[in-house]
Amino acid sequence: MVDALLAIEGLSKRFGGVVASDAISFALAPGELHAVIGPNGAGKSTLIGQLTGEIAPDRGRIRFGGRDITKLPVYRRSRLGLARSFQITSLFSDFTALDNVALAVQAHSGHSFRFWRAARGEVALREPAAAALDRVGLADRANTRVAALSHGECRQLEIAMALATRPRLLLLDEPMAGMGPEESARLVETLRLLKGTLTILLIEHDMDAVFALADRISVLVYGRIIASGDPAAIRADTAVRQAYLGDSEGEGHG
Amino acid sequence: MNPRLAVNAVVLAVLALVPVYAARTGDPFLMTLFTRVVILALAALSLNLIMGFGGMVSFGHAAYLGIGGYAVGILAKEGIGSGFVQWPVAIGASALYALAIGALSLRTRGVYFIMITLAFAQMIYYVAIGLDRYGGDDGLTINQRSRFGGLLNLDNKVVFYYLCLALLLTGIYLVWRLVNSRFGLVIRGARSNERRMRAIGFPTFRYKLVCFVIAGAMCGLAGALLANHTNFISPAMMHWTRSGDLMIMAVLGGMQAMFGPLIGAMTFLLLEEQLSRITQYPNLVIGPLLLFVAIYVNGGIDGLLGGGRRG
Amino acid sequence: MVYFIEQFLNGIQLGMLLFLLAAGLTLIFGIMDIVNLAHGSLYMIGAYFAASFAEWTDSFVLGAILAVIATFAVGIVLEIVAIRRLYARSHLDHVLGTFGLLLFFNELVRLVWGPAGMTLSLPSEMLHAVEILPGLFYPVYRLVIIGATLTVAGLLYGLVMGTRLGMLIRAGASNREMVGALGVNIKLLYTLIFGLGAALAGFAGLMQAPILTVQIGMGENILIAAFVVVTIGGIGSIRGAFVAALLVGLVDTVGRAFVPDLLHVYLTTSASASLGRALSSMMIYLVMALVLIVRPEGLFPATSK
Repeated sequence: MVDALLAIEGLSKRFGGVVASDAISFALAPGELHAVIGPNGAGKSTLIGQLTGEIAPDRGRIRFGGRDITKLPVYRRSRLGLARSFQITSLFSDFTALDNVALAVQAHSGHSFRFWRAARGEVALREPAAAALDRVGLADRANTRVAALSHGECRQLEIAMALATRPRLLLLDEPMAGMGPEESARLVETLRLLKGTLTILLIEHDMDAVFALADRISVLVYGRIIASGDPAAIRADTAVRQAYLGDSEGEGHG
Repeated sequence: MNPRLAVNAVVLAVLALVPVYAARTGDPFLMTLFTRVVILALAALSLNLIMGFGGMVSFGHAAYLGIGGYAVGILAKEGIGSGFVQWPVAIGASALYALAIGALSLRTRGVYFIMITLAFAQMIYYVAIGLDRYGGDDGLTINQRSRFGGLLNLDNKVVFYYLCLALLLTGIYLVWRLVNSRFGLVIRGARSNERRMRAIGFPTFRYKLVCFVIAGAMCGLAGALLANHTNFISPAMMHWTRSGDLMIMAVLGGMQAMFGPLIGAMTFLLLEEQLSRITQYPNLVIGPLLLFVAIYVNGGIDGLLGGGRRG
Repeated sequence: MVYFIEQFLNGIQLGMLLFLLAAGLTLIFGIMDIVNLAHGSLYMIGAYFAASFAEWTDSFVLGAILAVIATFAVGIVLEIVAIRRLYARSHLDHVLGTFGLLLFFNELVRLVWGPAGMTLSLPSEMLHAVEILPGLFYPVYRLVIIGATLTVAGLLYGLVMGTRLGMLIRAGASNREMVGALGVNIKLLYTLIFGLGAALAGFAGLMQAPILTVQIGMGENILIAAFVVVTIGGIGSIRGAFVAALLVGLVDTVGRAFVPDLLHVYLTTSASASLGRALSSMMIYLVMALVLIVRPEGLFPATSK
């Protein structure tokens, strides 16, 4: 692929006797929404861990915007424009929604060795934060503490935080997890609106969402990509059907 | 009126008026007691910066009381009596020690962090015991308090008290600004969810280290004050049970409150003092009280007064 | 050379005492996740009980046995009344609460036994020294300590490796939540573990009493050393506690014996004396700091999380 935004080459990771990632290679074109699906235990968390920098691969390389980021620490990758949302909600529970997102903005607004001025009064931080909240539909919950938000609202907040860092690549780790049908539909709309403005790697179980949004889909089984292509091709692929979709395609949550 | 504000106001009023009351009743011990309260409140404030707001439970914070105190004592013994030299050295030496042990300790987490900070405090405790020239285990009397040219006479108890109080209140104000600044939000965010902080792009280690150094420096100043107050330095200033006392004061007062450490210090020291007058065995009350607070009380006294959980 | 062997044996002896303390601590730490500052108090109580019981029964051995039972009982009561209410709290609350218990126990002992301390005398058979190597006379009692503590260590090993209770202990140390999910009576298990730790601590306290001390606050210093052992060995690991205890015991004893002299070879007199003393006191902390920097979870971490 010419000028891929994210290029993963031969990524491999073992945990003792278990092969979690087996020479994974694929690439994302700028602006595409690429979904990765696969049964539980396929190695999706390990893949994400290696992409974000929390897990060090045994072998292989990750290139982001042409740059080798394989050895970079987590915070550096974020600085380069790689943002992620967490599968299990991971927020600052004692702060308000706006505080949460403002922190994400702050991380990308120069250094924070400022000891005097009240950060909550900095318009340059609060405005982009409010905008990000608006984008995911949480504008009216800005001043609510995270502990008081519903599960669906927390999932949306995760996305808002990732967006607030003005990323080039958005890595979404099962954003629909635990959401009811209404909330899921709303989130699909949000993501649809985001398509094209940035590149998205979507890890998901929710097949409705995947087939509604994805430009291309890769299927991960036992640490290996067994198929990669546009949604129609994936639907038709026999290996994929056997391993994952079975006869009950489009069933919803895997 | 907000009960917490009321309590804070009363505390301030009491502290401001202690010298007046002491002069009226002719009780010199009152001044001694309250000066100690104010100094240890400053030390507890510095601990609370890293512990309450930063989530770094340091079990070796009394080390800085010792370093600050010994800076004053050693310089005094060597003939350097000027506070303009002694106090910056006290602060600087504490900051350096904090930098060194912070760089190593902050690589660990949870219980290991508690243990390694304890170990580093013990190390410097034993160094002090080994300093024969400066009293070793017995300690060293300081004959002359820090001199500040003609500006301040620290031998005057009232002057010294108000100086300590001023420094404490300045400290509280500075901590308040710090905690709400960009830097403060990073520290508090790291306490709340460090993994998240890194994921959004913060190199948390360096911020925690700087916070650790600031807290050490502030406690070093408290150490210099303490040495002046007692005219005495000894390794006992840095014994690990002293670190425990500071932790108690911070937790008792309420770790999320600006006035928490002060209220905690006042409560703890005054309680200890009063109980000692009533009984020969004050810890038979204090021990279970601490246990009770540990089991049932959230947010210390500030929490009891209605202080909410702020992030 | 003779001196070195003597110090080496002293180091082993200290290491074994540390192991008894550390084994209890590491179990309580690893399984119940409690930072227990009152562990030194149980060590102290064991010594005081032994001193009193030995006086009443006029027998060291009987006094020792009764003391271990009594300390076990105190541990059980303590767990039920106080410790179990701390499980749900933060580590800081543990430190605070058990610190309160430490203060309370010191005061209680002062109330019951008085401030002066006690003595625990040995039966006459153990009072002399034995020639274990040509030219090296070593006190019988110190050999008894090594023997007795090794026996207890062996019994502990047998318990942990060979019994059902031991299996639960090992499982709990490596994954606490799972053991609860297995339907085991967790409350009872925790109470027993705490009692066991208390008994071990009490035994260590009474064993060292004839040669060292029975006084208020005696638990504080050795408690810190025990925490160092647990940290070096790895939280939750008895094997780690054993290795680390011997290491710490040897480093501390041999260090104190030889470092000042070693330093004296290189430095001038007055500086080297105090520096040497300071350095040898610091040795175990230096070792711990080193271990934590290289291996932040200790040498034999038990937990899988």
